[in-house]
Amino acid sequence: MSAERAAAAPAPRRLSELARWEALIFLLIVGTMVLGSGLSDEFLTGDNFSFTSADMAEIALMALPLTLIVITAEIDLSVASILGLSSALMGELWVAGWPIEAIIPFCLLVGAVCGAFNAVLITRVGLPSLAVTIGTLTMYRGFALVVLGDAAVADFPESYTRYGFENVPGTIIPYPVALFGVLAIVFAVVLHKTKFGREIYAIGANQEAAFFSGVRVKRIKEILFVVSGIVAALAGVIMTLRLASARADYGTGFELTVVAAVVLGGVSIFGGKGSIVGVILALFLLGGIRSALTLGQISQEWVTIVTGALLIAAVLGPNLVQRAREARAHSRDRGRSARSGSLEHRPREKRGTDE
Amino acid sequence: MSQPAEAVAAPAPQQSERSRRDFLNAVVRVRELGLIVALALLITITAIAEPRFVEAASLRDLVRNATIIALLAVGQTLVLVTRNLDLSVGSVLGLSAFMAGDLFQNNPDLPIPLVFALGILLGAAAGVINGALVTFGRLPALVATLGTLYVFRGLAFVWTGGSQVNAETLPDSFLSIGTSTILGVPTIALFTVVALVIVGYALRNYRAGRELYAIGSNPQAARLAGIRTDRRVMAAFVASGALAGLAGVLFTARYGTVDATAGTGYELQVIAAAVIGGVAIFGGSGSVWGAALGAVLLTTITSALIVPKVPAFWQQAVVGALLLAAIALDRFIAVRVAERLRQRSTRTTAAAQARNGGER
Repeated sequence: MSAERAAAAPAPRRLSELARWEALIFLLIVGTMVLGSGLSDEFLTGDNFSFTSADMAEIALMALPLTLIVITAEIDLSVASILGLSSALMGELWVAGWPIEAIIPFCLLVGAVCGAFNAVLITRVGLPSLAVTIGTLTMYRGFALVVLGDAAVADFPESYTRYGFENVPGTIIPYPVALFGVLAIVFAVVLHKTKFGREIYAIGANQEAAFFSGVRVKRIKEILFVVSGIVAALAGVIMTLRLASARADYGTGFELTVVAAVVLGGVSIFGGKGSIVGVILALFLLGGIRSALTLGQISQEWVTIVTGALLIAAVLGPNLVQRAREARAHSRDRGRSARSGSLEHRPREKRGTDE
Repeated sequence: MSQPAEAVAAPAPQQSERSRRDFLNAVVRVRELGLIVALALLITITAIAEPRFVEAASLRDLVRNATIIALLAVGQTLVLVTRNLDLSVGSVLGLSAFMAGDLFQNNPDLPIPLVFALGILLGAAAGVINGALVTFGRLPALVATLGTLYVFRGLAFVWTGGSQVNAETLPDSFLSIGTSTILGVPTIALFTVVALVIVGYALRNYRAGRELYAIGSNPQAARLAGIRTDRRVMAAFVASGALAGLAGVLFTARYGTVDATAGTGYELQVIAAAVIGGVAIFGGSGSVWGAALGAVLLTTITSALIVPKVPAFWQQAVVGALLLAAIALDRFIAVRVAERLRQRSTRTTAAAQARNGGER
């Protein structure tokens, strides 16, 4: 009972902080909407939503487990390579005559194994996840190339590939996006409404403290990396169906786009902070910008620039505000301590520069 | 077997075994030595399979291929040592490479040193932006340089407007930097060697260099010890940017054909090279020599795998596995060193206690 209360106590502050971030991203989305509809009549149409959201589906999917991983203060850069490996396997097995119904579970299984390999190196051997997943990023992409080389397999039957781009009947939502929606709800519930989710935050806030309060830190991280592998493999399957072709080089460079989406969504790269809603909003924003600039016939390069600038500005803005606030508090402190005698002056100043 | 007989026989083999173990320890612990041994083994084995691999021309090609990644790895080491990270180097290289090509295309008579200077300046300016974001803006380096990776790459695309620089439009004297040799050594590699020696010496012998390690080992302690951490971190980013700018100009000299995608994806390769070279990803240890050797080893593996007719597709898988092995080895050594330090400290405290007891 008391533990529950203790866990609930810091929540309001974190909530309001998050709400502020989400409000900011939301405002930016509204701005993009206004800009987009000003640039093109086609922007606010169902067709455009279907097209743009299907295009973002793989990145969006991979962002969900990565959000949880980053909240535990780890990172997984190997996701895009697992995507490529999954697509390559799909092509190779299809050529070998496997039925799709067997290929997809097998791809997901391989994704799980890839994730488990990351997890073992990180939790059991104790290596930093950044270095490990840069290594497996190269290795899994290598495996993908070994499996399929630079060939492409494109004779998947229409009865399957339609699930990659067609809308769910009667809606403007493509199948992959619907799947993302379902998974997003699952991830949000797990992260925000369960003990498991609170433990994820606890690990990110203070891993050692979490460990000593009985959180199974290693086990939780292992689960997250395995899930990340499975979802990345799923993204590979979807990309293969959507583009009706399997290639080993799919998703090259996506790892950093996914990280950008997660960070833009308000997840602290140092862990302990962030929400699924924030990341979903960030994905909407990125998709909106991409679509607005494309329809406005502004060269695609600007998408890259805007994404990067937004990423920096989104983190820089709050930091500068806090810096200004600290500076003000600091000078107020100084004035007060000068009045109350100089004895207190020194340690205070030191604490100020410590930040 | 009786106990005494073995004890008598023991000393001689023990001696040689110990020296062998010492050598193994040294190879494992001194990363540069280990890398050289690995490199030598790799080249020897490949040469046995294919003698042409060690012909002067192909060795020179090997060095040329390693040059640019090695140069970037030197800059990256400076940043990594301070517990930061520079993901923007590939994009900075792209910008600088295109600028060099563009400058020569429009004014073929431009003095070559001026173009080099401008490339370095451009890179340094990019480094100032990264450094300011990290120190003044308090952004995590990963976020800041991920952002600038996109911004700089985007700027390169806007600048080139889809065009590309072709080798025919560049002056021959400039392109010859990428192909000529001085005393048998590829000219292009000399740039890297000079940068390596300067940075390596400064990092080891100058106060500013040692302070970078202090910052990476414990940022807070470094600050309390009076090190101006922000200034040092800024300097590391500027140096990394400047070296990436230099690498960009060399890229143009080497390949001649440049478009906006030059250097895409280099950032992770460079970090991989540094990590294989023993630079800790969380700061505080590693040398530029190791990082440069890591880069040479990476590129040599890529070339060597071609010889036994291994499909080119295996290269990446092998490189990835090697990287994992390298960081696992680092971890293993760190654990053992920590254990030994603990043992030594208990031994010294025990000795100190004994001495104190005796005095009393």
